Amino acid sequence: MNHPIEFVALIGRAFLGFLATAGRLVLFALEGTTHIFRPPFYFRLIRRQMVDIGYYSMPVVGMTGLFAGMVLALQSYTGFARFSAEGAVATVVVLSMTRELGPVLAGLMVAGRIGASMAAEIGTMRVTEQIDALTTLSTNPFKYLIAPRLLAGFTMLPFLVLTADIIGIFGGYVVSVYKLDFNAANYLKRSWEFLEFLDVFSGLVKASVFGFLVALMGCYHGFNSKRGAQGVGAATTNAVVSASILILIFNYIITELFFSK
Amino acid sequence: MADAKKTNKGPKIQLRDVHKAFGAKQVLRGVNLDVGEAESVVIIGGSGTGKSVTLKCILGLLQADKGSIKVAGEEVAGLESGPDRDRLNAKFGMLFQHAALFDSLRVWENVAFSLTAGHGMGRDQAREIAMKKMALVGLSSKVGDLYPAELSSGMQKRVGLARAIAPDPEIIFFDEPTTGLDPIMSDVINELIVTCVKEVGCSALSITHDMVSARRIGDRIAMLYQGKIIWAGPVNQIDRSGNEYVDQFINGRAEGPIEMLVRAL
Repeated sequence: MNHPIEFVALIGRAFLGFLATAGRLVLFALEGTTHIFRPPFYFRLIRRQMVDIGYYSMPVVGMTGLFAGMVLALQSYTGFARFSAEGAVATVVVLSMTRELGPVLAGLMVAGRIGASMAAEIGTMRVTEQIDALTTLSTNPFKYLIAPRLLAGFTMLPFLVLTADIIGIFGGYVVSVYKLDFNAANYLKRSWEFLEFLDVFSGLVKASVFGFLVALMGCYHGFNSKRGAQGVGAATTNAVVSASILILIFNYIITELFFSK
Repeated sequence: MADAKKTNKGPKIQLRDVHKAFGAKQVLRGVNLDVGEAESVVIIGGSGTGKSVTLKCILGLLQADKGSIKVAGEEVAGLESGPDRDRLNAKFGMLFQHAALFDSLRVWENVAFSLTAGHGMGRDQAREIAMKKMALVGLSSKVGDLYPAELSSGMQKRVGLARAIAPDPEIIFFDEPTTGLDPIMSDVINELIVTCVKEVGCSALSITHDMVSARRIGDRIAMLYQGKIIWAGPVNQIDRSGNEYVDQFINGRAEGPIEMLVRAL
């Protein structure tokens, strides 16, 4: 008789735990965000984070975009050839890259590279008392550690996504023109003709949101890590997994907001 | 109970009936302690007796559940992070158990951190002050450009000490200052602590279970056991405390009223 009640209690506890975590996360995000706008500003740290996210992620995001665009051209060609619609390849490549693949793939790659690194760095600072040291040195850890990362994530990912878009479209162009024998001028014309401002803009909005989420997850899990090296390892894993899942969820939500009829 | 050194200004730190629990585990059960002006007090006690928690409650890293904590007469219990806490923390210097130096900053930047990040001082001026403080703890200027990971643990402790005294604090806290150091380096650090505290002219509150260190750096010693101060007095009276708990602890005996809890794995 007790089993069904225990089962319901288990679900209830899990749900309450989820709500508590969500509440803590929102408060953490609010506190971090408000410190972006309140002095003092640590410009040196903001610049360092921007370089780390925006510049050093460029190769991995560029490679991802390039091969995504190339595969997209190849796959859509083989699919569309079945009903003689090969001419749509250029349009499919350009719309897919700007609306979906550019922001999502760049977001996931940055989650792996930057989210993990932020969680590991801040987590190590937590378990070695460096964050306590910041407080005793009259420096707010949110202002010094969290705000620069949130700001850098929010502002830098659109640039990365724009780069991924351009390189991805170029990858599709290379495969289409040099392997599939498309006419170069026609391909470029069709790419440009069907591309609208909203396609690029929605991708950049997604990028900003994803960048913020990646930084938030890295900072949150790192900041709350416990139990030494094991805790830092868990924080790193949680940061990447939660950022990746949130990217996919918010990708749907933003797409719905921009494009649902 | 612990009485402050008689001064006109009253105790620099005053703890009254401070309680702190983590869930069902009651760590502090009514701590009373005074630290006088320019006085060095050492809290001794076994692992898990609440020494670090006491320190963290004063520093605002943890909030006490109950009781009063006054710093220079100002009530600070319940003071959350913000400008008031930052203003208060500007009076403090802290040497952490494992130094807690910032890995990403050079040694001199660590020492000057409170000046650059906390007080907005220019880097050139802050570097100059950092070099002077480093000289005070026996570190050459060459060390200033290294990163903490390139230093031995003894050197890191020295850097941590230089960082603690850099803003000329009114109170310095030392958390297990000699843990993990060999006896000679421990003595060097103890000597530096005594010198620096005198040089800066501040009050000091240390926690340790190293009796050699406690005798060396303290004017008074207080023993914490099961979340309460069970004895406090001048260093030269600790051997005649008449308290069997203190006797067992300072002589490092396994037999006695203090039972070590050993938990089966």
